[in-house]
Amino acid sequence: MSVAHQEPTSFTFDADSDAQIEKILARYPEGKKASGVIPLLYVAQKQMGRQTGSAWVPRVAMDAVAVRLGMAPIRVYEVATFYFMFNTKPIGRFHLQVCGTTPCWLRGSDEVLRACKDAGHLKGYGDTSADGLFTMTEVECLGACVNAPILQVDDDYYEDLDYASTVALIEALKRGERPKPGSVIGRQTSAPEGGPTTLLDIPMMAKE
Amino acid sequence: MAKVTIDGIEVEVPNGSSVLQACEAAGKEIPRFCYHERLSVAGNCRMCLVEVEKAPKPVASCAYPVADGMKVFTDSVMVRNARRNVMEFLLINHPLDCPICDQGGECDLQDQATAYGGQGGRYREPKRAVKDKYLGPLVKTIMTRCIQCTRCVRFATEVAGVPELGATGRGEDMQIGTYVERALTTELSGNLIDICPVGALTSRPYAFVARPWELRKTDSIDVQDAQGVNIRIDTRGPEVLRILPRVNEDVNEEWMADRGRFSFDGLKRKRLDRPWIRQDGKLRPATWPEALEHVAAKLKPIPGNRIGAVAGDLVDVESVFALKALMNALGSQNLDCRQDGARIDGSRRDHYLFNTGIAGIDEADALLIIGSNPRREAPVLNARIRKRWASGAMPVAHIGPRDIDLTYNAEHLGEGASALNALLDGTHAFAKVLAGAKKPMIILGRNAVAREDGAAVLAAAWALANQVSALTPEWHGFNMLHLFGGQVGALDAGFLPGPGGEGLAGMLSGGVDALWLLGADGFEPALIAPGTFVIYQGHHGDRAAARADVILPGAAYTEKEGTYVNTEGRVQRGRLAVYPPGEAREDWRIIRAAGIALGVGLPFDTLEEVRARMVAANPVFGLVDGRIAGGSQDVTGPQVSGSLSAETFRPAITDYWLADSISRASETMAECSRIYNAAPLAQAAE
Repeated sequence: MSVAHQEPTSFTFDADSDAQIEKILARYPEGKKASGVIPLLYVAQKQMGRQTGSAWVPRVAMDAVAVRLGMAPIRVYEVATFYFMFNTKPIGRFHLQVCGTTPCWLRGSDEVLRACKDAGHLKGYGDTSADGLFTMTEVECLGACVNAPILQVDDDYYEDLDYASTVALIEALKRGERPKPGSVIGRQTSAPEGGPTTLLDIPMMAKE
Repeated sequence: MAKVTIDGIEVEVPNGSSVLQACEAAGKEIPRFCYHERLSVAGNCRMCLVEVEKAPKPVASCAYPVADGMKVFTDSVMVRNARRNVMEFLLINHPLDCPICDQGGECDLQDQATAYGGQGGRYREPKRAVKDKYLGPLVKTIMTRCIQCTRCVRFATEVAGVPELGATGRGEDMQIGTYVERALTTELSGNLIDICPVGALTSRPYAFVARPWELRKTDSIDVQDAQGVNIRIDTRGPEVLRILPRVNEDVNEEWMADRGRFSFDGLKRKRLDRPWIRQDGKLRPATWPEALEHVAAKLKPIPGNRIGAVAGDLVDVESVFALKALMNALGSQNLDCRQDGARIDGSRRDHYLFNTGIAGIDEADALLIIGSNPRREAPVLNARIRKRWASGAMPVAHIGPRDIDLTYNAEHLGEGASALNALLDGTHAFAKVLAGAKKPMIILGRNAVAREDGAAVLAAAWALANQVSALTPEWHGFNMLHLFGGQVGALDAGFLPGPGGEGLAGMLSGGVDALWLLGADGFEPALIAPGTFVIYQGHHGDRAAARADVILPGAAYTEKEGTYVNTEGRVQRGRLAVYPPGEAREDWRIIRAAGIALGVGLPFDTLEEVRARMVAANPVFGLVDGRIAGGSQDVTGPQVSGSLSAETFRPAITDYWLADSISRASETMAECSRIYNAAPLAQAAE
């Protein structure tokens, strides 16, 4: 199932990460530092993304987290393998996370999936494109059902997608652009499409 | 106390007990997989569901605390349904490979499926399969059988103190393993096999060897460390097939160390199974009459005070006692059982015993370890120390090599005996910890007194114990940790130089013309002065046998009725599980026969008579399965001679897996030694 990948032989936090870790650890009392394992794994994953273009957590990075938090390495492995947000294998430059849960599916997530496959040259979930740009995974509800369907690219949500807009988004990513996250049809947060539909009789609202 | 009614039976259990414990108190059996009374509660197998009055759903009894007036039903329709359905879920992914599974016949899942399961499953989809994991040379894994009870994870983390096992992945992809596929670095890995309720973790040496109902089970005592672990020897025909621990709360709870459990294949290799006589510089096979006559012919011309005897580390009290009787009858006082040169004079028993008792560790509130690495010397005892330490009630400090990993945090006070001075004059902070403790404990490694200044170390440790009020009529906090199962018994039998007798050093340096080695493999045989006539009586062709002029084949601990005294002074009986191989005989009988050949009749003909004589000589031997407990009646310390040197304490056991003559003959142990002593892979980030 999984293609064997090369594990790096060493990992050290860079200055950027160190600064973040210091801030994170300040949140936890002495003796409870292990609570910082999830934020630190994120820091490690981000650093890998910065350094190699592939945001994943190799085992040596988990070991580095364990050392930093004074916990047994296996406890870090348990957490890192439990959460889907941590990639224990190398991924593409952009992580396309397609929500396929019921609201998104009802609103056309299949089209989003098809667009990702076509534009990103991906065979399916879990696949990384040959050019190393995209990895697509299926995720469970991202909690933005109101603007379904959703595609999460790395940390950014793109909402109200359809086939064409998804293709456009992926083409933009290929060009090295980062379109503004949020609704691609321009609605403000989760306001109704095409403007307000309720509370129209309030004078303040009517003025606008 | 809370009053709980279980199926109409009223029981009183302490507050905070679980419903499961209450059910057990009422004599109701509750099926369980993940729950283990010596591990933390996980509550993830759901097999222990019971009905509690007014609760809308069945509750997991292992994780549900009792409340006063609670009414519990363990055999209602709801409970039976719940169990049946939980079992159906557990079996969804469990392979039906019982016929080829080593756990078959002693499998919790098998038994409970029969007792509490339904008729069949409704699951028609493909079952999951899991790749097997590597946990080391002793534990075989078939992870598809795993039901994720996480007992092994909790055992490794909590009892063994090596947090290396974990559950990675989630949901259907959850797998138990080390993730890094490295051998577990513990001396207690065999216990994983015992606690695994299914056939996921089984014994590698025992793989496909036997079915439990084919085995003859003999209760006995392990001699490969000084803890006296209670064991069950499983045999079929003339072969020991496996060794399992028995429950004894005062000694080993239900754990056992790997060397005692897995080295039994050494009982079949390198054995001395017939007498040998050295003729023209070469050993040749001989018969018993020949060998004994040869011994008699050689010993008769030698005056008694030029004959000496050394007892080994694994010997039973009967043979030591018989050999002492023979030597005394020959007029020899040259006896020694301290092959390591330990400065123990044997004059007072509490100067060389683990006086607190192994169970006493559970009460101690401060511990100082001097020149000992209990993890290597008595792994199960170390787990007990760890348990007490983990409760937070017992700070630990140690003096000895800096780099030892005890599996718990111990403050390092120094590497040599001179570190004791800082404690004795109270300048070190830990002296106050000890002095402030109500029940302080000091563990002195036997190896710490097996050096030039051994007597001074012993006296200093005793003085420190006295100074921190560890020696009171209620509490005895002075402890010596011995290394092997025969050591304390030989000291109790008084196998020490008599009046005018030579010790081991004197005997080796030409003090004797004939030397009788009773399983004595603990010292370099090249040290024996050339020209000394050496009789080796023992079970393994280990290092000393090669130097012998006559070899008398004896019985190993599984092959004889023997009395052993563990480090805390508990007298226990090992039992014959298989007969000695070939011509080999019980050791005390060999000595008795030699006595007849030498013309000195020993005053016993049967085992009962030997034992009666033993009890007459030292009444402690009559206290089978017991020990003389209690505080210190006399705080006078051992004789002080010399002063403490700055020399560092050396580890007593350098290679845990090859520490005695049985394990040195074992292939399993050789492989363990190879794997565990290999240089660890370089870890960049660690």
